[in-house]
Amino acid sequence: MRLTMERRAEGGKWALLLSPLLAVVLTLVSSVVIFWLLGQDPLRALSVYFWQPVSDAYGLQEVAVKATPLVLIAVGLALCFRSNNWNIGAEGQFLIGAICGGGVAVWAHGWGGAWVLPLMLVAGALGGMAYALIPAILKARLRVNEILVSLMLVYVADLFMDYLVRGPWRDPMGFNMPQTVSFGPEATLPLLFTGGRMNIGSVIALAVVVAFALVMARTLKGFEIRLVGQAPRAARFAGFSDTRLTITVFAISGALAGLAGVIEASGTVRQLLPGFSPGYGFTAIIVAFLGRLNPVGCLIAGVFIAITFIGGENAQIILRLPRDMTLVFQGMLLFYILACDTLILYRLRVVRPVDPGATPAPGVRS
Amino acid sequence: MTLAVAIALTIITAATPLLIAAIGELVVERAGVLNLGVEGMMIMGAATGVGVAIVTESSLLGVLAAIAAGMALSALFALMVLGLAANQYASGLALTIFGLGLSGVVGAPFVGIQREGIRRIELPLLSEIPVIGPILFRQDPFVYASIALVAGVAWFLWRTRAGLILRACGENPVSAHALGYRVLRIRLYAVLFGGACAGLAGAYLSLVLTPFWTAGMTAGRGWIALAIVVFASWLPLRAMLGAYLFGGLIILQLHAQTAGVNIPSQFLAALPYLITIVALTLIMAARRSAGRGSVAPASLGQPFAPAR
Amino acid sequence: MVKTGRSAPMLRAVCRVQARAGMTTQRRPLVQAEALTRRFGDLVANDAVDLTVYPGEIHALLGENGAGKSTLVKMLYGLLAPDEGRILWEGAPVALPDPTAARALGIGMVFQHFSLFDALSVAENVALALDDDAPLAQVAERLREVSRAYGLPLEPDRGVWRLSVGERQRIEIVRCLMQDPRLLILDEPTSVLTPQECDGLFDTLRTLRDEGRAVLYISHKLDEVRALCEAATILRAGRVVERCDPRTQSSASLARMMVGTQISDVRRSAMRDVSGPVRLRVSNLDLPSEDPQGTSLKGVNLELHAGEILGIAGVAGNGQDELFAAISGEAEAPRADAVVLDGAPVGHEGINRRRRRSAAFVPEERLGHAAAPRMSLSENALVAGHASNGFLRGGLIQRDRMLGWVDSVTSAFDVRKGPRDPEARDLSGGNLQKFVVGREILRKPDLLVVMQPTWGVDAGAASLIRQSLVDLAQGGASVLVISQDLDELFEIADRVAVIFTGRLSAAYPVRELTRERVGLLMGGADPAAAQPEMEESA
Repeated sequence: MRLTMERRAEGGKWALLLSPLLAVVLTLVSSVVIFWLLGQDPLRALSVYFWQPVSDAYGLQEVAVKATPLVLIAVGLALCFRSNNWNIGAEGQFLIGAICGGGVAVWAHGWGGAWVLPLMLVAGALGGMAYALIPAILKARLRVNEILVSLMLVYVADLFMDYLVRGPWRDPMGFNMPQTVSFGPEATLPLLFTGGRMNIGSVIALAVVVAFALVMARTLKGFEIRLVGQAPRAARFAGFSDTRLTITVFAISGALAGLAGVIEASGTVRQLLPGFSPGYGFTAIIVAFLGRLNPVGCLIAGVFIAITFIGGENAQIILRLPRDMTLVFQGMLLFYILACDTLILYRLRVVRPVDPGATPAPGVRS
Repeated sequence: MTLAVAIALTIITAATPLLIAAIGELVVERAGVLNLGVEGMMIMGAATGVGVAIVTESSLLGVLAAIAAGMALSALFALMVLGLAANQYASGLALTIFGLGLSGVVGAPFVGIQREGIRRIELPLLSEIPVIGPILFRQDPFVYASIALVAGVAWFLWRTRAGLILRACGENPVSAHALGYRVLRIRLYAVLFGGACAGLAGAYLSLVLTPFWTAGMTAGRGWIALAIVVFASWLPLRAMLGAYLFGGLIILQLHAQTAGVNIPSQFLAALPYLITIVALTLIMAARRSAGRGSVAPASLGQPFAPAR
Repeated sequence: MVKTGRSAPMLRAVCRVQARAGMTTQRRPLVQAEALTRRFGDLVANDAVDLTVYPGEIHALLGENGAGKSTLVKMLYGLLAPDEGRILWEGAPVALPDPTAARALGIGMVFQHFSLFDALSVAENVALALDDDAPLAQVAERLREVSRAYGLPLEPDRGVWRLSVGERQRIEIVRCLMQDPRLLILDEPTSVLTPQECDGLFDTLRTLRDEGRAVLYISHKLDEVRALCEAATILRAGRVVERCDPRTQSSASLARMMVGTQISDVRRSAMRDVSGPVRLRVSNLDLPSEDPQGTSLKGVNLELHAGEILGIAGVAGNGQDELFAAISGEAEAPRADAVVLDGAPVGHEGINRRRRRSAAFVPEERLGHAAAPRMSLSENALVAGHASNGFLRGGLIQRDRMLGWVDSVTSAFDVRKGPRDPEARDLSGGNLQKFVVGREILRKPDLLVVMQPTWGVDAGAASLIRQSLVDLAQGGASVLVISQDLDELFEIADRVAVIFTGRLSAAYPVRELTRERVGLLMGGADPAAAQPEMEESA
């Protein structure tokens, strides 16, 4: 007896939606088991992780605040992954975006005007883009492995941020704390509502989702990205250059990650400091896959992951669970998505071996 | 002279975990599977190793537990990419994230508990020889194990039939299957071996190098091991060379920091990562100018699902 | 097919080796398949198939592509498990869980798509196919012996990536012979050989038969089967439709059994004006291959007139891919005037700019190159047509126009499919080929470059495609057909040139050519004839 995989005749659109939903359900079930193993009341733990974050208006705003960088980065990563460009250094591009945008804020602190904020956003996006172009150009020119290069640059960006906030950019009035000045009002993104932290950044993220949904579905560039990923030779036949596309998608994805970085810096944290990012760049990888590498999907997935992010922070305080628990759930979720994709697109068939001694079934001509 | 010996010793210590993890991944990739989860398996090995060693007060049990942890994670990976033919890139990333998280949870109770590291084996008389004595005959068991691994893997891949079959699976799984080889089973063994090596490398970190647990203590070493495999053109002896080069670099950078070189410490700390990028670029440029195509196993990273 | 006579000495050398006395007279079946059924999802690839092969016989398994031949032999070789039915070996039921079990019985198989490992040496490739754990040096020694004995020379230490297609097939055969098989299965072995190489192979197979071994020979080439085989089993749509002695049949009667219906011949007017202006000129084109295992083009010259069909014959891997890439613009030529289209030097232009000059292209590989497997037909219309078909308006993709285009291709080229806009991979080979050819022809191009237009498609589709190429040329367009199928070229081309190791011969009018002459050119022989006349003008 053995298992074989057969493609289902009707893959259908429903499978595309069902797979991530099933993955979420399986992750929930698994987390109940894990909570139980850790001696927690599973229901209470689930409520801390998934319900409390969305139970009041402030919580909802916090979800938006966390979802904003995740969605922005994930939309860019989706473009990369679709076209077989494995940018896993979005964390680094996010940090460089924050550094470039934050640098403007630090530089203009105390004397800048209304021009500071737009300049920050542009500087952040350009910085992230430039940083992403390093692995992109090395890949396009020399076929250097983009996974390793983009990842190595995360560590470099992290150390660079550390250097800046302990060295040249340290707040002189900050009691020797490793952090920059708190950004002035000219360098802070306006809030959408009072009594929360939700800011214009979330609107920008929404606009980006809409724009890229249109690009992917209706423009030739979107078609090119899908075609290069699915059938590189056919893409060449269509006259598309995969090396040029590598540069393009890395540039877009780096710019979006950089934009996310500067939005986080100017809208949420309002200064630069070590440990600036809670790993948004890596979590966005999961968001992109959970969102089926589709911009609108990334939005939904980003909101969901943001909830668990806050849930994880709450659980650390309320349940005294290690914060790394969130990573465990995220890794598990990604595993389940990948597994569900296979199980839904393919049908597992149990095949029994034919008994060689058996006579052919009656009615079969011999 | 003694300083040079001391530096050589520290280089070997810094290189050994890279070498062990790289040699495991090399076998995995030779079989045609790309496991990007080395970092995750390594850190799980580190956490489990030190945890079990503290609880049982036995370093040996710690090492065995680390190997088992690495293998368990690699089995999970194998289930995904071999059993379900899932995307190897994404599955490897999931494994890294999962391993980083789980190690934090598993290691949480052991934060800050220091214990004595595994001691070096001193061969009597031989270790007294100047210079080469301490370098060759006064090492911890992991160093000897890593050398044995390199030799063993080189012998296995090029001198045994099983090694030939494994390479065949990495070159062309469809043909290997057509000849009647169980490609998935062979790949499973390779992946498990890679997991065991990554776990062992992690144990070295938490039981020898810095004999206590800190979250995220692998600090990208798993990724550097992956880079070493590319740098080494999938050849075991070159992987050894690569690991010692990287080890030397890490030590150089540490010595420069303590010697008070007038460069910010963060820049020095970033050197190994930057050098990795430079090394990968140079090796690819060299291959390009030599006019050779890719030397990677031809089916690396591509899922294979036999139809039967 | 006419013998070249070069293989006689080899025959005698072979007869001395490993002759099995007594086997030839025995008439007990060696292998029998009884009611073998195998399904793939909803498709029944083999439906209660019976097959009996005797020792000392070359048995043909005839059928069109997709008739189920490969499925049947994969079950006999243990690669696929039957859903129903059983296999008997010398009268006793056997289980074949894997190829190792099949080899242990004495079944060897030479695959259509070779099962070789490019990065490994010849000896390593052979060692992998042997079930004993002999050291490599010993394998190399045995390999030398067997290859010498059967006149199939091979160098054990060479890397496979450096070998020609013919040499690769030699490895496959030799490594089967080294296991001393009693049944040798060959899946379409001649599709990659020159006519002369085919004759050499047939001599080897006859030797094996005379030694008392059985050969199961899969083919859809009728002349070959009639010349070589004593028995034939004919499959159509997964069922056995006929058993016969092919020596007593005509090619036409075999074709009827195989196809089931009468296939109309390609109609073409006798008088074709091919003296129109030169539409495509390739001059002194040198192009290094991007693929390290590919073949570089060396000094290629060709001229293609309006209203003409020019055929390029040649064994696979002699530079056809590179030539297609250079003409289509997938690869950039070193000089702009190396490729001239309607008087304009286009060597540096990309594929889409050439498309806008009314050129159209159909590559060899349907799935993955001509079409993206997991995209719908309408999106696949966009693959080749986004630059020239007006599928975009204001930068946005016009889905309804693409769908309309799919509908036109569907009706004009009889593309059979379930839903209106299925994914490319859900079409059968013949229907997808009709789509990718129709997609280009419907644009009414002035130049069509098509590679292997009917490779692996059913006879009905092949006939329709060839007819459409002829009609296109009769309408005044130029057509370049790169094909390994000599029958096809003789049927539709006005002139034929041969490509060999990246060099292109002069083009000769088809009526001046014989199969043998083309065969010699395909093997690099006939150097006198291979001197291109065009070099005088160049």
